[in-house]
Amino acid sequence: MKIAVCIKQVVTREWQVRINDAKTWVRDQDASWELNEPDAYALEESLRLREKHGGEVVVISAGPARVSQVLREALARGADRAIHVTGDALATADAFTAADALAAALKDEKPDLVLTGLQSDDQGFAQVGVVLAEKLGAAHTTIVMEVTVDGSNLRVKRELEGGWFQWIAMPLPAVLTIQSGINQLRYATLKGIMAAKKKEIRAVPAPAAAAPRQKIQSIYVPQKSKQTRLLSGSAAESAKALVKALREDARVIQ
Amino acid sequence: MILVVAEQKDGVLNRAALEAVAAGQALGSAVTIVLPGREATEAIKELAKAEATEVISLEHAALGDYTADGFVQALAAFIPTVSPSLVVFAHTYQTRDYAPRLAARLDRALVTDCTGAKAGTPPVFTRQMFQGKVAADVVLEGPAPHFATFQIGAFRADAVKKGGAASPVKSVAATVDPAGIRQKPEAPFREAKQAVDLSQAERIVSVGRGIKGQEHVALAQQLADALGAELAASRPICDSGWLPMERQIGSSGQTVAPKLYLALGISGAIQHVVGMKGARTIVAINKDPEAPIFEIADYGIVGDLFEIVPAMIAALKG
Repeated sequence: MKIAVCIKQVVTREWQVRINDAKTWVRDQDASWELNEPDAYALEESLRLREKHGGEVVVISAGPARVSQVLREALARGADRAIHVTGDALATADAFTAADALAAALKDEKPDLVLTGLQSDDQGFAQVGVVLAEKLGAAHTTIVMEVTVDGSNLRVKRELEGGWFQWIAMPLPAVLTIQSGINQLRYATLKGIMAAKKKEIRAVPAPAAAAPRQKIQSIYVPQKSKQTRLLSGSAAESAKALVKALREDARVIQ
Repeated sequence: MILVVAEQKDGVLNRAALEAVAAGQALGSAVTIVLPGREATEAIKELAKAEATEVISLEHAALGDYTADGFVQALAAFIPTVSPSLVVFAHTYQTRDYAPRLAARLDRALVTDCTGAKAGTPPVFTRQMFQGKVAADVVLEGPAPHFATFQIGAFRADAVKKGGAASPVKSVAATVDPAGIRQKPEAPFREAKQAVDLSQAERIVSVGRGIKGQEHVALAQQLADALGAELAASRPICDSGWLPMERQIGSSGQTVAPKLYLALGISGAIQHVVGMKGARTIVAINKDPEAPIFEIADYGIVGDLFEIVPAMIAALKG
């Protein structure tokens, strides 16, 4: 079975977001980067499926030169080879543009199964995997918490709201968007890191982008919906002030 | 015209659908509502209480159980027949599954998980980015109709404008080729009986990534005991197995509205906040002053929870 895993490089969760002067994007020149967390779970799931059923894991990312870091990391964790769809504009692209770029690179690969995280930690569209399925003409299911493969048939557990789940069967080829927590992540071993150096990262240019469908007019720090009373001082002072406020002002404890 | 796509399960209206109706009404004067399904008389009746040009029951036997392929087929055929300028949905687990494919099939723009919108030409949609740390105003481009999904709670169901009399209702036979539906869904189920019903708790202490390790969960438990609170967590904590899944708060866990919600080391990502923003008093303790949780907190302490929590326990006992 050939499995393609679409991954995205995003700024780390700890990075303090700074807005650029034009208020159209963040100032990420000095940011630190990491693999988008749900994509890490998608990658892990693909490695487990390969261990069970054999085949190949091809990891793919669309973005500027810096994304080769997460491709290399995925290779170190065990992916067989990588495709880098290159283009600086992909860093801020909308979901349709990103899906177009991934679809163009995957058309010739003809994977049986495509896995990706359910959304990214940066723009958080939760669209790319589903739009990609349409572009590839493959069946899809989102927010997947378990994957079983039997020949050319797939049975997946989809998460629903409020603690409910549902099993869904569908034929391959298919695209699944993977929910965080589906498995326990493995990390790269030294042996994996060494092996990754010999693995292929094939660069393909992004296709000519269609006109973007979504345009950011401005970004800004969200307005507070509440007036927060910040309690300052030492740990002991602020803790004491908080307990007093909860007892006497909010009256939510005795 | 603005088309609102409503949602039902076994004939029962999803309350988020009414929020989508409120969103549609806020964006334009005349809304039409469509509800895909097999036959949903009660849900249609409830929708018809809203002021709408028309409430359409888009029916087909194959739409009884939700499938992405079935719903995309039905709506891709139906939407062009009513020529809306904008199609509005609630951002539910169901619309997350099919709305992007529907928009792609019709080759039209889609904006997801909006927290607000301003009417205008074009309408401006507000959505969160970078885990809620920043908000973005976005516009959609290309030919109509445009598609938008709204986050749960972005609009209030009780803000729906009601008509004087019930709005006109009609049934439309959906165009669906059942042979083209690849997903075969089985009956929904719950993993385990929910042993803890956190929705009944008066006070909740909830832990997030900032708790750093399973060995520190006991500290949060001590604080919960001192406050007379239940212990809960954000998703990453339950994914790691540090607390059982049934104590998870958020879109994939429980929704709570206690008197006191104390968030320890929780950044306040959207998926968590939708499960607890109804709490009467929200307290946030976090080392990151820019954590989005402070946007909804009534009281906040910026600092190291490993110093503040023991001090709180001491203060509560003192």
